[in-house]
Amino acid sequence: MGRTLATGNHVAGHALALAGEANRNERGCCAGAYPITPQTEIIEYLSGFKFNKGRVVLVESEHSAMGVCIGGALAGGRTFTASSSNGLAYMTENIFAAGYYRLPIVMIAVNRTLGPPWNIWVDQGDSLMMRDAAWLQFYCDSHQDLSDTILLAFRVAEDHRVMLPVIVAMDGFVTSHTQMVVDLPTQQQVDALLPPCDIPHRLKHDHPATFGGMTFSNETEHHRYAIQHSMEQVFPVLEEARDEFEEIFGRRPAGALESFDTSDAETILIACNTMARTLHNVVKDRRARGEKIGMIRLKLFRPFPREQLLAAIGPATRIAVLDRNHSPGSGGIFWQEIATTLRERPDVLLQDYLVGLGGGDVTPENINAIIDDLNERTSASAPEWKDTSI
Amino acid sequence: MSAVTPSKPYESHLLRPGNTNCAGCGMSIGLQWLDEALGDEKPVMVIPSCCGIVTAGAFPTSGYGVPTAATTFASSPAVATGISAVSKMNGIDNPVICWAGDGGTYDIGIATLSAAAERNEDIIYICYDNEIYGNTGGQRSGATPVGAVTSTTPAGKGERKKDIMAIMAAHRIPYAATLSIAHREDFLRKVRYARSVKGFRFLLMLSPCPTGWKSEPDQSSELIELAVRSGLFPLYEVFDGRRYRINQRPDSTAIEPYIRQQRRFSRVWNNTDELQAFIDAQWQYLDGMATVFPAKKD
Repeated sequence: MGRTLATGNHVAGHALALAGEANRNERGCCAGAYPITPQTEIIEYLSGFKFNKGRVVLVESEHSAMGVCIGGALAGGRTFTASSSNGLAYMTENIFAAGYYRLPIVMIAVNRTLGPPWNIWVDQGDSLMMRDAAWLQFYCDSHQDLSDTILLAFRVAEDHRVMLPVIVAMDGFVTSHTQMVVDLPTQQQVDALLPPCDIPHRLKHDHPATFGGMTFSNETEHHRYAIQHSMEQVFPVLEEARDEFEEIFGRRPAGALESFDTSDAETILIACNTMARTLHNVVKDRRARGEKIGMIRLKLFRPFPREQLLAAIGPATRIAVLDRNHSPGSGGIFWQEIATTLRERPDVLLQDYLVGLGGGDVTPENINAIIDDLNERTSASAPEWKDTSI
Repeated sequence: MSAVTPSKPYESHLLRPGNTNCAGCGMSIGLQWLDEALGDEKPVMVIPSCCGIVTAGAFPTSGYGVPTAATTFASSPAVATGISAVSKMNGIDNPVICWAGDGGTYDIGIATLSAAAERNEDIIYICYDNEIYGNTGGQRSGATPVGAVTSTTPAGKGERKKDIMAIMAAHRIPYAATLSIAHREDFLRKVRYARSVKGFRFLLMLSPCPTGWKSEPDQSSELIELAVRSGLFPLYEVFDGRRYRINQRPDSTAIEPYIRQQRRFSRVWNNTDELQAFIDAQWQYLDGMATVFPAKKD
């Protein structure tokens, strides 16, 4: 395909389709598909793609879209789908089933606010709702990051050391419906990156067993422990996948997180998705003016990259988290995770800011106000609600 | 009554010995006859949350001698769709069979079921209908007959049973039929015919539940025979959703012998008007359809 201008949804549809097609000489691919704004163009793209060995099943609900993926994976196929917001909420039961079945399904979550009140704009609360569902979660900041991460997602999910499903998230409209210049992969490149999809526990006629039947507490504990162990294997497997990706594509996608100017920073801001790109520009400006400031773009949320985050924070003693999500009664969900990680760093002042909820623009002015607020603090407070119309 | 095929080793039976079914459960006969009808063919079983998955027992044992997927409650036709799609593209033509209770069929799973039927997926869907949520201790479902006492209708259910056969026929699927565990030849013939047809096939089996029906386990087959003879559970087939064939006509106009053996009907033992009105309306509809849209002769 080469270098072109494409929307986030087009990029995602293309990457999913090529990954599915890459399994054409093996057991093929299967997608369950159901529309919801703002991801609909992804399933439209998949529906129009001519698979040599694959089927896109147009179902009646998100719950069944994931059901079809579960069935397709149980039969040994490469499976994928996409959803957003209330669609993810409706799908939830089968999202958990897919995780606990340990099926390497890849799902694009185009982040959108959960309703009511109805709001189609970006907010990460929908995919973060699935944090305990035994799925990996990646958050992408650009069209290129999205394209590359979807391919990495299949490579990591299907690795036998991991064998877990993956959510790849992007911002609704800000990424899904805008165009950026992007290097789209070719089929040949995807074929080279992705080994055949081999699901060891697929249904087999020569080995009749009941898959997903009843267990008692000791087997269930063992099952959960095995998933936790596999989550920990994601870090080395992801590094291997990035190495292979770099050999084939000549570029290296971001891993668990990206840090900028953190090695001597006193103040660090943390964000994900496109908000991190705005943040990066602000941080560069303030660096140029002599401030000891840095930033971290968190990309992998599950498993949570605790050690990488601690290493990236380095000597900084003031940290702000920008959360475009809200857990009522608590605060930002990224902040909760980061606070848990920072329990070993009591010297750090950690402050949460709830910004851009329901799709509000987060501008450089908003971010500068947050940095000013952080710099004046002598102690942290409850999560701050920033008026994004500053 | 039940058929154990002697040529097969026990572990390869569709329903293995040592399963956890209650005595007198309709599934025990139904699954064995399904096995017999399929002969040497090995299906994939797709079973949602219901007693049918409890039948499998606890990990790592399996009460089923064939690959079996336990799905979420409303998902068996969707999961079966994915299994069928990927199996077919790999040249595997073993039947994919959904085995679901009435809760998963009439109630929570009906949207998924309807969509799979509308897409005419190559699936055999068998509903073993015990007319209650048996697995949770016997609550009312959309399949519970009028007048029946359940744990959530202590005064007897006020509404009539949903006509799932008419709903499925309205999808114009290639084949829909009712199965009786008291009519072996009819049962085997219908399963074999269903197997010979492509597309979505729906089979409805009235399945006694002694604990929920408050009946004697050794009376289960007799109860189903009475349900058929009274006209409460008609044996019939619908081809392409349009052509009807009635397999057996009621030979008794009385419902009493059927309900007298079940304490769930104790509230209506002395007042069968509602149940009889249900039977009469059901037969008026069926007779009308079979007269106007008769199935072709064999």
